[in-house]
Order: sequence, then C-alpha cells, then structure tokens
Amino acid sequence: MRAVPSGVRVYWRILVAGFRRQSAYLLAAFGGLVANTTFGLLKVAILFATVRAAGGELEGYDVALMSTYIWVSQGLLGSVNLFGRIDIADRIKDGDVAVDFLRPLDVQAAAITTEVGKSLFNLIPRGIPSVLIGGLVVGMALPDNPVAYLLGAASIVLGIAISAATVYLVVAAPGFWLVETRGLQILYMVVSGFLAGLFVPIWIFPRWLEIVAQATPFPSMMMYPVDIISGRVDSGQGLLLIAVQVGWLVGVGALGQVLTRAGRRHLEVQGG
Amino acid sequence: MAEPLTLRARLRPYRAVLASRARSQRAYRASFGLDLASSALVGVIELAEIWVLFHSVTELGGLDFAQILLVFGLADLCFSLADMTFGHCDNLPTYLRAGTLDVFYLRPQPLLLQLVTSDISLRRLARAGVGAVALAFGLALNDIAWSPAHVLLLAVAIVSGYVMFAGMFVWAGGAQFFLVDGAETTNAFVYGGRYAATQPASVWNRPLWAVFGFFFPMAFTGFLPALWLLGIAPPYGLPDWLGWCAPLAAAWTWLLALISWRWGVRHYQGGGG
Repeated sequence: MRAVPSGVRVYWRILVAGFRRQSAYLLAAFGGLVANTTFGLLKVAILFATVRAAGGELEGYDVALMSTYIWVSQGLLGSVNLFGRIDIADRIKDGDVAVDFLRPLDVQAAAITTEVGKSLFNLIPRGIPSVLIGGLVVGMALPDNPVAYLLGAASIVLGIAISAATVYLVVAAPGFWLVETRGLQILYMVVSGFLAGLFVPIWIFPRWLEIVAQATPFPSMMMYPVDIISGRVDSGQGLLLIAVQVGWLVGVGALGQVLTRAGRRHLEVQGG
Repeated sequence: MAEPLTLRARLRPYRAVLASRARSQRAYRASFGLDLASSALVGVIELAEIWVLFHSVTELGGLDFAQILLVFGLADLCFSLADMTFGHCDNLPTYLRAGTLDVFYLRPQPLLLQLVTSDISLRRLARAGVGAVALAFGLALNDIAWSPAHVLLLAVAIVSGYVMFAGMFVWAGGAQFFLVDGAETTNAFVYGGRYAATQPASVWNRPLWAVFGFFFPMAFTGFLPALWLLGIAPPYGLPDWLGWCAPLAAAWTWLLALISWRWGVRHYQGGGG
C-alpha cells in the first residue's frame, strides 16, 4: 500500500470524487436542463424586448450579445451555487462535523473542493447543452479571440469556487453558533441571484445598484465569467476581472477559515 | 342529521391541524421574524427584476411601469397565496424518498388534503403582502374606467389566479410520483410559470404563448385581466373578452392537476416500510 497521499493530491481526489458522485443524478440533471431552457426562453422574450425598446442597443448589449449572456448564465446555473445549499451545512448543524475534524484534512477546504467537483460535473449535462440549445434555437454572438475562451474557462472555475466558498461562509459556518440556518439559506438564495446578474445583467441596473452589487462577491460568481466568455470585455479588462475574482476568493476563503477555527472551539454536539 | 353540521364536523380535524401549525410557527419568534423578512424580500426582489428594466426603457410590450405593476400585483399576489397553501406539494419527493408518505395513507383523510394542511407557511404571508401592495399601486396609478363589471372582473381574476397556481402545484406534485429525482422538470413550469405570469405577455412569441398562454394558462392570471381593466386590446389579434375566461383557464388547470394527481397516486407502490 502506498503511504497516505498528502497535500494537493488529497484534494484532487476529493475533487474527482465530487465530480463522480454527481454523475449518479442524471435524471435530476435532465430536469435541470429543462428548467434552464424554459427560463432561458422567457428571459429571451423579455430581455430582447427591452433591448429593442431601447433602440437595438442597451449599455453595450445588442440582441446577439444579450443572447450569449442569457444562455451562458443559464448554463452556469447548475454549477454556480446560487441556491445556498451545501452538504457540510447539515453536518455542522447536527454535530457530525466533529468526526470531520478528526480527519487529517482541512474541513473548509474539503467541503469546498467537493462542491467544486460536483459543480464541474454539472457543466457536462447542464452547462454545455444549455449553450448549444440557445445557440441553435436563438443564435448568439461569440468572441473571435481564442484568449477570451481561455480566460473565460479560468473565470468560470473561479466563479464556481467563489460561490462554494461564500455559501460555506454565510450558510454553513454560522451553523456552529445557530441551531437553524434555513433562514440564512433562503436569504442567500434571494439576494445572490439578483446581484450575480442572473435575471438582468448588473450593467443595466441603475448606477447606485450596480455599485452595491459590485461591493459583494456575487457578480464574481456569474456576471464576470459571462462578460469574459461572451467577449463583452477585452482581454485586458478580462484579466482585471479575474484579479477581482481571485481577491474575493482569498477574502471569502480566509474569513471562512477564521470562522471554522472559532467554531471548532465553540462546537457543542447535542445529544449523546 | 342536518347537512351544515356534518360538514362542520368533517372539517374539524383540518381546523385543529391548521391551528397547531400556525401556533408552532410563531413559537420561535426571532426565527419567524427572519423568515417573514426574507419572504418579503423575495417579493421585493422579484419586483426589482422588472423595475430595473424600466430604468432603461419606458415601455415593454406596450405597457408602462404602472401598468406592469397591475400585471405583477395580480399574478404575484395569487402565486404567493397559492404557494402559502399548496407550495409544500414541492416536498413530496422528500417524503417519497424517505418513505414517510406511507404515514399519510394510514390516516382517514384524503391524501391531497393532508398534504395541503401538513405545513401552511405563515411566513409566506409577507410575500403576499408585497404582491398586494403592488396591486394596490397598480390599481391607484392607472386610469381605470371603474364600473361594477371592472370590480367583478378584478375579484374573478384574483380567485381564478389563485386557483390556477394552486392547480400548478398539484399538477407538479402528481408528476413527482414518476420523477422523484427530477423535480426541477416541473419547477420549470411552476416557478417558470410565476416568472412568465408577471411579464407583459405581449413580448412572447407564438411557442411561448402555446406553453404559458394556453397549456399552462399563466397569461390568464395577471396579463389578460389587467389588459381588460386597462381597456387595451390583447396581442396577436386575440379577442378583448379573453380576460373574462380566467375561470375557464382555472378549470382547465385543475383538470390537468387532478389527472396528474390520480395517475401519480395510483402509480405509487409504497416506500417499502
């Protein structure tokens, strides 16, 4: 037998395990695709009408670019966590996390890595088909520059990781102190979709609301990756957005780590 | 025995269950307060999704923001009330997977009625409040030529809208017996239906009209009645009086709902307990 794998290798294995676990829920993924496509067609109707009512161009969006925004954001919906559900939240709430603390792994990093693995799998049955359906049925604009796709791919992975780390921070970690975190989950779900630019690109918001959105990690989860991969921003601006994403990931991750350490000292397992 | 007395006696168990649900939800005051606040926020943000569009344009699908408020208010109020009473039909997959649905079969009450009374969420009242306020503003800001017919249509639209959304939840619930893991398939039409119902349906193309205009008659919950109140002709040359057909649309939705529910319940083989 090999020695216990260390460092990066462990997390790589956790990532792969998360990825493979999700492949068991294909019917659920198909249901998600139906939902993504239906909502996508409704978004097309209302947002295309808005662009046309504004004279064919709105804050840099024409109909083709709006279509790319709609279908890429719908495709990311199965991967970027805007629902606020995370497996570790239940383990923290009912005390099972005490067992996780005994393992030679960082509880926060392992939880986030599992979520990222599951999300990356979802790109296959939900992400790619959504974009294909949108492209074939409605048509969309695509960037000519291959760099946009590379930066876009990096930005999507970052966005997925930021969403997992944020859900861990605001929904799971408070479970060390609170008995019931369902209210936080609902609050996260309500706020995140709107500020991440799920229904309307944040660039169409009134200026003050756009600034409010940018002061949160939510646009880093969905709006920035979509901006980069749709070619709405050039490579230079794309790099800047990726830097902002890295900043949020480090910030949200560090705060989550602090809460996990404090929570570990506070942890009180109920029952016997 | 006199008929009303029998009915009252038959309803007593449901009243007892509902009263206990209401009491239990108010027991944890802080948690209930947070629930109420986030429920209201859901309504506010749904309205904001439409409002931000009107930040850049003055008219969408031939309606201005005040007119959209009327559509949104009608549809959202009806959806919130249906969500409060029938929304937890969504929990059916959880009961199915855990095998706890079998418990309902042991009790001498119809399955659907038990499910409906199993968890009325009072916090969702806050969201209905947002819909009601939007509707009030929609009625006040628009120039409606009020007549008894207008008042009647408003009442008919609210009742039919509620019945339609309730039917959507039951339809989706029946389909869960087959789908189990595929709950999101029906969410596309229940929650997608809510999203569709609050839009100016004049922006839809013909396939969307087929799905959300007539098969799932979401346009009948807010858009078509609002057009009649405002005296605006519907798109695609549809007749003016279509707004009055909301009760028909509600009956159609419940036909779908009851067929789906009966098939589902018959298909159910038990949780193996």
